[in-house]
Amino acid sequence: MDYFAQQVINGVVLGSIYGLIAIGYTMVYGIVGMINFAHGDIFMIGGFIALISFLILVSLGLTFVPVILLIVLLVSMAITALYGWTVERIAYRPLRHSFRLAPMLSAIGMSFVLSNYSQVAQGARVKPVPPIITGGYTLLDSNGFVVRLSNVQIVVVITTIVLLAIFTWLVSRTRLGRDMRACEQDQTMAALLGVDVDRTISMTFVIGAALAAVAGMMYLLYYGLVDFYMGFVAGIKAFTAAVLGGIGSLPGAMLGGLLIGLIETLWSAYFSVEYKDVAAFSILIIVLIFLPTGLLGRPEVEKV
Amino acid sequence: MKSLKLIGLAFGASLALSTAAFAQDTTIAVAGPMTGGESAFGRQMKNGAEQAVTDLNAAGGLLGKKLALDVEDDACDPKQARSVAEKIGSAKIPFVAGHYCSSSSIPASEAYADGNVLQITPASTNPLFTERNLWNVARVCGRDDQQGTVAGDYIAKAFKGKNIAILNDKTTYGKGLADETKKALNKAGVTEKMYESYNKGDKDFNAIVSRLKRDNIDLVYVGGYHQEAGLILRQMRDQGLQTVLMAGDAMADKEFASITGPAGAGTLFTFGPDPRNKPTAKTIVEAFKAKNIDPEGYTLYTYAAVQVWSQAAKKVGTTDPMKVMAAIKAGSWDTVIGTLEFDAKGDIKQLDYVVYKWDDKGNYAEINPKGS
Repeated sequence: MDYFAQQVINGVVLGSIYGLIAIGYTMVYGIVGMINFAHGDIFMIGGFIALISFLILVSLGLTFVPVILLIVLLVSMAITALYGWTVERIAYRPLRHSFRLAPMLSAIGMSFVLSNYSQVAQGARVKPVPPIITGGYTLLDSNGFVVRLSNVQIVVVITTIVLLAIFTWLVSRTRLGRDMRACEQDQTMAALLGVDVDRTISMTFVIGAALAAVAGMMYLLYYGLVDFYMGFVAGIKAFTAAVLGGIGSLPGAMLGGLLIGLIETLWSAYFSVEYKDVAAFSILIIVLIFLPTGLLGRPEVEKV
Repeated sequence: MKSLKLIGLAFGASLALSTAAFAQDTTIAVAGPMTGGESAFGRQMKNGAEQAVTDLNAAGGLLGKKLALDVEDDACDPKQARSVAEKIGSAKIPFVAGHYCSSSSIPASEAYADGNVLQITPASTNPLFTERNLWNVARVCGRDDQQGTVAGDYIAKAFKGKNIAILNDKTTYGKGLADETKKALNKAGVTEKMYESYNKGDKDFNAIVSRLKRDNIDLVYVGGYHQEAGLILRQMRDQGLQTVLMAGDAMADKEFASITGPAGAGTLFTFGPDPRNKPTAKTIVEAFKAKNIDPEGYTLYTYAAVQVWSQAAKKVGTTDPMKVMAAIKAGSWDTVIGTLEFDAKGDIKQLDYVVYKWDDKGNYAEINPKGS
């Protein structure tokens, strides 16, 4: 039981990070109908910017950790959002009315551009940081097995919940959210009714990138390192999470992320670590056989 | 003004030198992971090879020609290693010092054999590298069957009656080393409580760490590379687990300590006797220190690989790979890491592994340097 609890903690934290990245995939898919393969690399950029701003703050002599974290969070969200906006502006918008595969190919190209860019700009080595948030709580202690919840894990999960709440509110209650939902349903009609479609799509990329930056920062805090190729694997996992939850659905992405995290962890806990990816992808396949639109996805309505 | 002129003069001279060298130099290659997770070790190899070439050129070059160095990146990827090897072969480069990952060195060696390139690896320890009777391979480091035996014996002695777990990363190097260590442990009468593998490149080891915690593991042996080992260690400490981590020669870079932070203290690994402490290495270590490079890990091994090749080439008076290899296996070579002799397979005859320990300041040193 204690062991199970510990593994669930591990899985939920991992799943939160996947979920934050998955939201970026799902939002873009919902509105533009394309898979933004560069999103994993936007996440990587977010991690790097968090690292750089963290180092700058420390060298400026700041030592109070919550303030550092808040500034790093805001800075990396802002700058990564700029990256997201730029990528959309130069790589996707010119191709929006081209054939369906064009933006996707452009996205794959962007993914290479971003990862090679940070390799050249930041070097090929792994960039570690010393543990920033240390300590934790002992939740249970029985028969010698101690269930630990570290402070980093608490920070990751709480940040995820808070940001998810903010962005859910943004999509469901604000003008921008209404525009986004309108564009999701029918771009032409939305434009006719006075919605600035280009701006709305740009904002979607900005929001997705900002969340990816948060994920990048959480990743840096939790694992303590970033490198230029970390976007690929994380991106694939998060994309899987988005599909599992039902691509296009915001809560679905989060649910998918948590599920992938939990499946991987629990499979490693009770069966073999080697086959954790096999387990995660097998469950994806089974779900897609019975629920082709994912767990929370709505069936595609044929647009007439 | 004077200094400006001097710079101009120096620039002109170096330009003249480099063009002169370009016209007729012998190119040799160093190949390893210059990018990716293992790039710390690629950099060690590059530093070692560059210094060796500089020193050889300062001493008049080789066979009347200057040496030039070609640096190739395999990113520790077998496919990329193979294409690097084909590129080096078709460029008619007679000698390569490389690669780092055994999973790169082994497939590349076949392409080198076809392309008539002599390959000396400074770092690949998997036994298979020299066990396939290829004519063109040699190594200046030890083998994992030696390394695993030393690790296994040490664990059996120092962790008698404790719970042992063995992990590996499924790579040629990691799995090979983990299996050799397991073999040595079992022979010493110790059975490990857990044997698991993970994927190289994984970042999240919390699930494994919780398993180690459940099974009350006292020592975990990791057959794998430093990045994953560092993360395992860090996540162990995050979960309040004080298990000792032990691993192989892939920990011999300060980057391991920068991943773990102070949590790395007490971590054990096996490596050859520190070449930086050898009297033969004194002047070269100082040359590195002057450039602000710590010649740790495989830096001096790479230097030695270039030395062995150049001395043998000088002896036979040609760079023809077949003739040089025959000379290498027949002779005895004075290198920065000591006098080396090779057997018919291309393994060195005299290297012993020793156990090192990391301290809380991010340095590592041999345990019982005099041997026990």
